[in-house]
Amino acid sequence: MADIFHYIFAVDFAYSALRVTTPILFAAIASVVAERSGASNIALEGIMLFAALFGAIGSGLTGSLLWGFLAALGGGLVIALLLAYFGLFLKTDIILAGIALNTLATGGTVFLMFAIIGDKGSTTSLISRSFPRIDIPLIRSIPVLGPIISGQNTLTYLAFITVFLVWALLFKTRLGLRMRAVGENAEAAASVGISIKRTKFTALIISGLLAATGGAFLSMGYMSGFTRNMVSGRGFIALAAAAMGQLSPLPTLLASLVFGFFDALSNILAAMRIPDEFVKIIPYLATVAGLVIFSALQVWRLKGKRAEALKAQGKEEKSGA
Amino acid sequence: MKDPGQNKISLENRFEALRFFCAIGIAILLSFVIIILVSREPFTALRNLFLGPLSSMRRFGNVVELAITLTFSGLAVAVMFSANQFNMGAEGSFYAAGAVAAMTALGLPLPPVIHPLFAILLGGLTGAVICAIPALLKAKWGASELVSSLMLNYVFFYFTRYFCNTVFKDPDSGYVSTYLLPLTAKLPRIIGGTRIHLGLFIVIAVTLLTVIFIKRTRWGYALIQTGRSPGFAGYSGINTSWVLIYSQLLGGFIAGVGGSVEVLGMYDRFQWQNLPGYGFDGVIVAILARNRPAWVPVAAFLLSYIRIGADRMSTATDVTSEMIAIIQGIIIMLVAAQAFMSRQRQKMLIKEIRSHG
Amino acid sequence: MAEDLLRMEGIVKIYSNGVVANNGVDFSVKAGEIHALVGENGAGKTTLMKILFGIEEATSGNLLLNGLRETIKSPIDAIQKGLGMVHQHFMLIESMTVAENIVLGMEPETGLLLNQKKILSDARNIIEKYNFPINPQDRIRDLPTGTRQKVEILKALFRNARILILDEPTSVLTPQETTELFEQLKTLKNLGHTIIFISHKLNEIKEICDRITIMRNAATVGVYEVAKISQQEISSLMVGKDIDLNLNKTPARPGETALRVRDLVVTDINKRRLLESVSFRLRRGEILGIVGVEGNGQRELVESITGLRKPEGGKVELWGKDLTSLSIKGIRRLGLAHIPQDRMSKGAALTSSIKENLISVAYDSPELSRGPLLNLKKIDRWCRDLIRDYQIKASSPEVPVKMLSGGNIQKVVVAREFSGDLGCIIADQPTRGIDVGAASFIHHKLLALRDSGAAILLISADLSEVMELSDSLLVMFGGRLAAYFESLSSVTEEELGLYMLGLKRQSDEEIKRCSA
Repeated sequence: MADIFHYIFAVDFAYSALRVTTPILFAAIASVVAERSGASNIALEGIMLFAALFGAIGSGLTGSLLWGFLAALGGGLVIALLLAYFGLFLKTDIILAGIALNTLATGGTVFLMFAIIGDKGSTTSLISRSFPRIDIPLIRSIPVLGPIISGQNTLTYLAFITVFLVWALLFKTRLGLRMRAVGENAEAAASVGISIKRTKFTALIISGLLAATGGAFLSMGYMSGFTRNMVSGRGFIALAAAAMGQLSPLPTLLASLVFGFFDALSNILAAMRIPDEFVKIIPYLATVAGLVIFSALQVWRLKGKRAEALKAQGKEEKSGA
Repeated sequence: MKDPGQNKISLENRFEALRFFCAIGIAILLSFVIIILVSREPFTALRNLFLGPLSSMRRFGNVVELAITLTFSGLAVAVMFSANQFNMGAEGSFYAAGAVAAMTALGLPLPPVIHPLFAILLGGLTGAVICAIPALLKAKWGASELVSSLMLNYVFFYFTRYFCNTVFKDPDSGYVSTYLLPLTAKLPRIIGGTRIHLGLFIVIAVTLLTVIFIKRTRWGYALIQTGRSPGFAGYSGINTSWVLIYSQLLGGFIAGVGGSVEVLGMYDRFQWQNLPGYGFDGVIVAILARNRPAWVPVAAFLLSYIRIGADRMSTATDVTSEMIAIIQGIIIMLVAAQAFMSRQRQKMLIKEIRSHG
Repeated sequence: MAEDLLRMEGIVKIYSNGVVANNGVDFSVKAGEIHALVGENGAGKTTLMKILFGIEEATSGNLLLNGLRETIKSPIDAIQKGLGMVHQHFMLIESMTVAENIVLGMEPETGLLLNQKKILSDARNIIEKYNFPINPQDRIRDLPTGTRQKVEILKALFRNARILILDEPTSVLTPQETTELFEQLKTLKNLGHTIIFISHKLNEIKEICDRITIMRNAATVGVYEVAKISQQEISSLMVGKDIDLNLNKTPARPGETALRVRDLVVTDINKRRLLESVSFRLRRGEILGIVGVEGNGQRELVESITGLRKPEGGKVELWGKDLTSLSIKGIRRLGLAHIPQDRMSKGAALTSSIKENLISVAYDSPELSRGPLLNLKKIDRWCRDLIRDYQIKASSPEVPVKMLSGGNIQKVVVAREFSGDLGCIIADQPTRGIDVGAASFIHHKLLALRDSGAAILLISADLSEVMELSDSLLVMFGGRLAAYFESLSSVTEEELGLYMLGLKRQSDEEIKRCSA
């Protein structure tokens, strides 16, 4: 037991927690953007898969990081566009469309991988490029914090910057105001000439690009190359994180960090002599637990508020009488 | 103005059928395009994809075997989705129930007949519990059933796999699997030259019972109304939380029976090292069948046929069977698309109204 | 007078569910007038206005603005062409401020970001220009109904609307708020605005409108100068035939107490008290009316009685049994029927058939089921009987309810609710938004049930309906009872308005008579 704590409080652990938070955070923020405009993006998983595959293959074939990244964004965008087209224009239930696209992506990535490089398992035959790590000169020398924050992958920093950018987008720009208006009362937004479809479409595209960046991180940062099913439920963990963050960027960041912590914990325990199954269960169990605890807290808080209101009025009555 | 409603109903049915076949048509066309694009032998690939399942008794047998499995999972998902719950727990139920059935077969020496029945029952109960948990979490705390069921799938998968890979693991087997399942517990084959097993009769029975449950019983009525309009059902006095739970219990039970029947009918050992995907296939089947239990076997057969065809194509040519995942995704979205061909619908409607004054 | 400012010719609209809402409608408006558009609910007024405002697309027909052919493809198109619409259900984003709502859709920006200062000053300018008493920084969710409506009007004016469409603007207002609105409309008219006023309150039309277009059954019946047509003439043109509006009501003979509400308290999560010790009793053989401006506790009262909501305090007793601890099913078994205000999401399941809708309360009774199975034969007979008795216009019990007109949907609800052994009926807005024929049918049913000994609580926003049907009357304001009238003979609508607005309140002793 002591061993575990030794690991958890180590600098390495915090460093790796930030690292594994990255894809979850991108996807969670992607969910926030979509959900705020009233369009659920359940296809995060599929978008990340496509992006991860395209990133690995794109950078592998061109030898260029930039082209790889663009390919990843393009791959994710394909799924996001399909979701937007079916969900908004053909009026497929957007949840069903999301589920359908996730199954499409699971098999589709394997199909494409085989069609392009003749392998069904991974892209190890290609040498793909990865995003570089960045050492931040001044911060690096801060004790404890320095080694945790400095030296992370470029996309990890981008993820944290994105949280701020999305906050600004939602609350400081015209597009954000309109997205929130559409999400809260679509009919009212339409009545002043805001196009519901266009707004939701834009939101889904932004959401798709964000999730795609998360997918790119998986195959061009976290690992070097694509393996089948490499997203393994992170898209859904992100949905839980966004729900726990009540669709606000900063709380969503915190929720993502919690899930990143458990993901990192699972990685560490894998190195110890604990059965594989129990190690792998951790992030999923943590997500269910997190979701339940959060929802329960919410219910409890509402109840508390109500009781408080009763009490307050009781007092008023007494003082009035 | 005679019978305006009647005309609209039949128009609606005709239109739905038309749309369904158009969706299938588009999907077939799409598979043509994909195959011609990626294959060096497109015509062999296409022949195998569409005719492969008919090329031998054994292969047609494969179609039926898979259709049995997909009917179970399709029914399970159709029942759960009918309550308007996006519960994906059928996947976890299928795996865990299969594992529990295998462990029951290995761990409890029982006489024939009773042995598989008991194993299937335990598997069914396992499935029921797994699918009811997300519903409980939703009813009690409002936690999204979609997310929690997907996460719980992994949890139950790893949990049951642990026991199969340790306590019941056969060290002498050439691959990771349990000991040989005893013959007393297995479901016998019923048609020579194929692996079609007794599960065929079980699935027919389960389908009939599900149809009766939904169409003829009070609980089925309450379930459908709750799914369509929870506000209406609750206001009418239907206990919607209870409906939510029993619908997921039942769906999970069916998935569990399916997983158990699959393992006891098709395998000599329990050897699944990954989630088998049948629960997710159930979603496809249920959507194709528009959640109607009577249509589920048809949809399951269709999907099974195309899957076996894809396997043939993949072994005979350079196109992998995963291609079918793309086709499936597009079909589901088209079948569920409200606005797909809505202009045709509007035209049909206007013609109808004009011709009847 | 000059050329028509706006002209719609031969408008046809067929909805995707097959309803023909407009069938060759002609409509025109002159500059600077207040033009009334009247018709029964379902006559096609709202659809016509939705087409004018670009929300719906006409199946065929022409539109002329200032004599020029135009097509209006979307609301923004309509706004740019000088139209403004104040919807019956306000189109406001509740979590945002008044200012944000006013500028939404044409928000000023500096660079990439919103210009918050200009948003506020723009809103201030328009508020001051028309002299509306509103603080632009208030959030909509904190504002009363009358103020929200003003924000809606300001939204249209901010977009330089020359033609204002008001869809039943007074249906949510008290008589006093209505007077205030009319003053503002007259001011707007003097400033040169043209107003289309949709209503079915004929006295209001007489008061402020210049001309009137009457619609019936998806078509135009005629256009008249308001000064030259009487209310009776308008009424018979709207309905097309003389409906027996005379209810032949006999005096009530109240019996024992059926329902007793004691010190009922309901609060929301934000410490606000929605119901504050409400007490009254309802006897067999009487109709007790409840009036009040929407949002003064009527909804919470109904929900607490019918089991849709657990009150925070107090008791509701039916035949002496406390309902607050029972399930909805348990309450219904005691003989309580409930016609809900919200027909589309509670009263009926739109995608279900008429049959499925008719049996939702009684499907598990011994009459309609055998053990776990439904008795399909008996269900079929029961449904056919109800469809016949309640004159529900449909070809078969299998028709989905969404295919029916509003009036027929309400008849399905009423048929179901009145089909059991009844002791007590909670009728919440039983005729809102349905045609006169169906409404009259339901009124007669309610009276017949009263005469056969049912206890009826009638909640309605339609003052004339309540005045006609009720034997005694309660007024609600701010979650409390504001007045009780044992008989209605000496009460006027104007007086009720004072109580509804909270300008007057009876003494506690006077109110307490209702629970004696």
